[in-house]
Amino acid sequence: MTLGPEIRAEMEQIMQRYPDPRSALLPMLHLVQSVQSEVTTEGMALCADVLSITPAEVAAVATFYTMYKRRPVGQHHIGVCTNTLCGLLGGDAVYAALSERLGVGHDESTPDGKFWLERIECQAACTHAPVMTVDWEFMDQQTPASAIGVIDQLARGEEVRSTRGPVIRDFTATERTLAFPDDGLAGEGLVADELMLAGLRVAQERGMSAPTPGQGN
Amino acid sequence: MTLAPETSDLISVEIDGVEMNVPKGTLIIRAAELIGTEVPRFCDHPLLSPVAACRMCLVEIEGNPKPQPACAIELTPGMKVRTQRSSEVAEKAQQGVMEFLLANHPLDCPVCDKGGECPLQNQAMSAGRAESRFDIPKRTFDKPVPINSEILLDRERCVSCARCTRFADQIAGDPKLELLERGAKQQVGVANDEPFDSYFSGNTIQICPVGALTSSSYRFRSRPFDLVSTPTTCEHCASGCSLRTDARRGEVTRRLAWHDSDVNEDWNCDKGRFAFTYLSQDRITSPMIRENGELRVASWPEALDVAARGLRSAQGSTAVLTGGRITMEDAYAYAKFARVVLGTDDIDFRARRSSSEEAAFLRSSIAGDCGPTYADLDKAPVVLLVAFEPEDESPIVLLRLRAASLRRGLRVVALSPIASRGLEKIRGEWAAIAPGADANALHALAQGGGDVPNGASIAQALRQPGAVILVGERIADVSGGPSAVAALAAATGARIGWVPRRAGERGALEAGALSGLLPGGRPLDDANARAQVAQVWGVDVADLPISAGREAAAVVSSAAAGGLGALVVGGLEPRDAAQPAAMRRALDNAGFVVSLETRRTEVTDHADVVLPVAVVTEKSGTFIDWEGRRRPFARVFGDALMMSDGRVLAMLAEAMDSSIGRGDVKSLRTELDSFGPWTGARSAVPSDSAAVVQTGGPHLVTWRLLLDEAAMQEGEPNLAGTRRRTVAVVSAATAASLGVAAGQQVTVTGPAGSVSVPVDIGSIVDNAVWLPSNAADCAIASLGVAPGQPVRVSGGAA
Amino acid sequence: MTLTPVITAHWDRPDLYTLAGYRAVGGYTALAKALQQEPDAIITTVKETGLRGRGGAGFPTGLKWSFVPQNDGKPHYLVVNADESEPGACKDIPIMMATPHTLVEGVIISSYAIRANHAFIYIRGEVPQAVRRVAAAVREAEQAGLLGDNVLGSGFNLRVTIHSGAGAYICGEETALLDSLEGRRGQPRLKPPFPAVAGLYASPTVVNNVETICNIPFIVNNGVEWFRKFGTEKSPGFKVFAISGHVNRPGIYEAPLGVTMRELLDYAGGMRDGRPVKFWLPGGSSVPMLTAEHLDLPLTYEEMAAAGTMLGTGTPMLFDDTVSVVRAVTRWLEFYKHESCGKCTPCREGTYWITGVLERFEHGHGSEAEIDTLVDLCDQIGGRSFCALGDAAATPYPAALKYFRNEFEAGTNQAAELEFAPAASYLFSEATAR
Repeated sequence: MTLGPEIRAEMEQIMQRYPDPRSALLPMLHLVQSVQSEVTTEGMALCADVLSITPAEVAAVATFYTMYKRRPVGQHHIGVCTNTLCGLLGGDAVYAALSERLGVGHDESTPDGKFWLERIECQAACTHAPVMTVDWEFMDQQTPASAIGVIDQLARGEEVRSTRGPVIRDFTATERTLAFPDDGLAGEGLVADELMLAGLRVAQERGMSAPTPGQGN
Repeated sequence: MTLAPETSDLISVEIDGVEMNVPKGTLIIRAAELIGTEVPRFCDHPLLSPVAACRMCLVEIEGNPKPQPACAIELTPGMKVRTQRSSEVAEKAQQGVMEFLLANHPLDCPVCDKGGECPLQNQAMSAGRAESRFDIPKRTFDKPVPINSEILLDRERCVSCARCTRFADQIAGDPKLELLERGAKQQVGVANDEPFDSYFSGNTIQICPVGALTSSSYRFRSRPFDLVSTPTTCEHCASGCSLRTDARRGEVTRRLAWHDSDVNEDWNCDKGRFAFTYLSQDRITSPMIRENGELRVASWPEALDVAARGLRSAQGSTAVLTGGRITMEDAYAYAKFARVVLGTDDIDFRARRSSSEEAAFLRSSIAGDCGPTYADLDKAPVVLLVAFEPEDESPIVLLRLRAASLRRGLRVVALSPIASRGLEKIRGEWAAIAPGADANALHALAQGGGDVPNGASIAQALRQPGAVILVGERIADVSGGPSAVAALAAATGARIGWVPRRAGERGALEAGALSGLLPGGRPLDDANARAQVAQVWGVDVADLPISAGREAAAVVSSAAAGGLGALVVGGLEPRDAAQPAAMRRALDNAGFVVSLETRRTEVTDHADVVLPVAVVTEKSGTFIDWEGRRRPFARVFGDALMMSDGRVLAMLAEAMDSSIGRGDVKSLRTELDSFGPWTGARSAVPSDSAAVVQTGGPHLVTWRLLLDEAAMQEGEPNLAGTRRRTVAVVSAATAASLGVAAGQQVTVTGPAGSVSVPVDIGSIVDNAVWLPSNAADCAIASLGVAPGQPVRVSGGAA
Repeated sequence: MTLTPVITAHWDRPDLYTLAGYRAVGGYTALAKALQQEPDAIITTVKETGLRGRGGAGFPTGLKWSFVPQNDGKPHYLVVNADESEPGACKDIPIMMATPHTLVEGVIISSYAIRANHAFIYIRGEVPQAVRRVAAAVREAEQAGLLGDNVLGSGFNLRVTIHSGAGAYICGEETALLDSLEGRRGQPRLKPPFPAVAGLYASPTVVNNVETICNIPFIVNNGVEWFRKFGTEKSPGFKVFAISGHVNRPGIYEAPLGVTMRELLDYAGGMRDGRPVKFWLPGGSSVPMLTAEHLDLPLTYEEMAAAGTMLGTGTPMLFDDTVSVVRAVTRWLEFYKHESCGKCTPCREGTYWITGVLERFEHGHGSEAEIDTLVDLCDQIGGRSFCALGDAAATPYPAALKYFRNEFEAGTNQAAELEFAPAASYLFSEATAR
């Protein structure tokens, strides 16, 4: 898909959020990915033009950040955390299983363009290890079997819901959320799952609470 | 960013036990230099903002638990610093960084262009280990990759010091070379399909502290220790850059910018750096005389004899045209030769578009005067640009204006029909005027602003002490323009800096190579001036011409009409002339033509006698830059046999039983110096009235791009590869009225011809079209129309 | 020490992420209180609480705020560092998902205190669920007049911009975050000038962590005395601990600073299968590891420092005896190598080199000499790199070597997997793997 005038208009809209338009570059590149599933040369040129900076300045930024891809990601981005905690607690096995199942390695996409597999770094969900992400939505506490189940469901076009978020859409939809965050899906998913509530539950069970003002220790 | 910030507050500090007082704000690394201690460094550069990225310059600061980068820490009162000279902590830290820098660095010093002059190599010798502990696979990249046609990048050698990228962004204003990727994969690079497009790109090769950026032309050609280096001055433009010319076996292998804090600081432009191949191309090494219509080689005595006879027989009907490339000393020899030997005042160095009004302006307002300097630009409250585009026409002026603009918000105003890329770089203000309306606008500013955009504020600014008007040679195209510049300066008190394009013009003016003007700015029509000159020249004052002779245009039209007996020509190109066809006719129809030349040209093709002369590398001499500052240079090839124009003219004078002295550079310079300053009245300031701007249109706006089809850029395809794309620029409204869109071809037609080029929409006034003057397939001279005049523009190719 | 849910107190409320839900538990009452005070009074209050930044460095928040020059004529900015990417850290993202309005309320009060009229919340891009929850909260707050022009009729104006990052750990470093927020490569800046003087757009800027800002409404509502009831003199207050690893009930546990790891581990149900703690890290991979002998130390800034480590993000990771320390350290170094921004030599080259050597140890191909070489290399990074990422990268190996030298020695002739079968560390059995 090419980047039409409506994308330029949206970029200009994003620029309005900042005192200095250049601050819009990161969300603008997300917007490019939301249309083209990668940061294309065309996309960088458009960002440069809109911001009145050089394509080289855009390339310097686009190549710095891991989330920007220079090849089409395809329909679904599959991330498996293989940083120490998730990896050693099972992420390595989850990744290996997915790699075998999809026939692709790190930062590669399947020939049909359905899945991009990536070993990702810590996803700030160590409590929920081993963590997988689908289009960056959480798929917590995976096993190789559960992860393959997710992939298979997606391949069949079945509905898959994030363990702490909305029903999985696709990679470009998430990229659009990153460009326009208020995507109407804030009500999807729990406020907090049992792991996030672990301490509160123990406190409730054991009758513990924080002191209120004026109350003694 | 300079050695010592502009402050008089001194603080007392201690470095390696040496107590010293330095200005507040001085960086540790600079202060250490003052006591002769070089803290090793890679990313540090005195003219770039510190990044402290390479970490090579770590030193110990008392009370600080961690070693600190000397390049980024400003000294504070009482600070005690210990460098590698006295601190084990610093020494160990530096050794550690060196080990890391060398870890992934290829072991290809023997085939690396930088080898022998490489800071990494040198510092590895002092701070490195004898044996590497690094034995995992090295990081590899494809190499070399071009970042433009002049520069090759070897990413494996890069140490990520970011000097090149900071130069591109901070100094040149061309942020098209960037650090890409992250971490160990970080690399210098350009955007896809977008080369490092900058007139200043070659500086990155020079400041690269390793062999990551190398010159395509110089690659594998030499080792630094095989080169003989000579301090020289750039012969291309009036910026006056100090250069270092490196030669090997009688050939120039490369040229570098040489540090001169008053002029070019550490930089030069790519033309000055790369355009030297012409020096050895198509050279004429023997005198030649025309016999039966053909030039044949002749001995010096024979050629001089033929020339002398030809000139003598035309006595009373001779003229001298020199072009703007010659040195001050040679120009002086021509000036003296014309008056003493030929007895004529028909002499002009302006073998380009020129006017009598301009000549009057130069005699009255520029010659003999030290104008504003680069330092004055640094301090000026405002700089007004008139008929002058600094990036193309004097690139170091652009860098200075840009630096002052970024550093302290210097206000630069361009009075122009078009806002150039250069103006954008200096964050200048565009006072838009119609093409050719310069004089009216200048008068309006003199009177308080008039209808010039933002005129009242500009007029007021120009009245502040230190204000500068920089006027280019293109003002000669505007009737009433030079007069109006003088009038504006008189009305406001602003000083005038005249910035011609060529390196030799100001020197020729000072040497008196202009009719009506004797050396040192002396008016020919002043009896005292004539008497002083006659005394120095040892001639009877009565033998000097008493009234001003003819200027270039009159000489050319007279010669073209067959009215000139003989013409002495030194270093000009007919295609540079105001009217190339008329110049060619003049050369054809002049009774006798003597050409002093370095190479075969259109002039030698028409000459009766050709006398070979030295190029800049074969002689010493002086250029005078736009400031009026002398820029002497040394001879690169001491054993060169070629003689300077001055020496040849001296021999010719003797052959004519006359004399201009020995004609060597030293005696010419000594003689010129003996004049001393002229303290008498200057000739009258011109007061031509402003031209009426012609109706019709669109009107032509044009100047020469820095890189174009010029003769002195021949033989350097890598440089030519960085030329700007040839385009016609029109405003959106004009494009709409012409029915063309950006990228489409347009044809611009004048009375004599037309050119077809793609069109670009730009910041230019309506009903105007900008074209480069001398780009490939776009020779404006062929249109037969002067700048500011109406042309026809139509969509499509011719 | 007991658990003390404060920020997490109402996370079991299904509508907490909405304005209505948050208001139902007293939300935005602190804002109304704050707006009736002088901004300086709030800064003083926060100073008096002794609240220390919860992002890892533990710098006193009130002090940071007080560095912002006042009446300087420049715009001021508040930037929330929501780029939680430290391996092991997983508390800011849950906070934003569960109670985004606590953050928004904190942002409004903090902005008012430092006289900022524009605040930015820089959220790492890999967590869209946090991004959308916070964005929705901001919109609701705007619609309710809690944000925008004339907040609650006070005359105070505030604009909040949600900014999505794009995957770069270094952007957790506050100056790199600011460069990133300005649309540049997220590489750290030279200091000075510090952000409080010349931060975002060269204007005075305060950069605070999510959890830090979420403390502010509670401080305003409950006061200094209340806050100081939690924790110690030097480490006052409560902390959202996120406990991960081989524990039976990993998750979020909010407790006063000074609680011990052993107490927290008890709340978290102990180690799986009753196995011993082999090593643990109090707050992210960037702090030196500890062992079972340190479980009774109070989790405070000062006690952790005394033990040679740091509280860091306060998100303990615990590993049992199935884990190869060589494998764990190698993986962390691979992370630092991947995330090194490339700006400075020691970090860029050092992480590349160390990782390459550690990988050999993991596969049993290390050498005795390299055990020491690695120590040298870490010394050549630590304290010499441009920013703390280099220091962090130089941390895991020496700490691991201190307690588990034998495993590195084994790595000179034996692959780690021979003694430590990877599957033994998995949270699932081989049987459930397929």
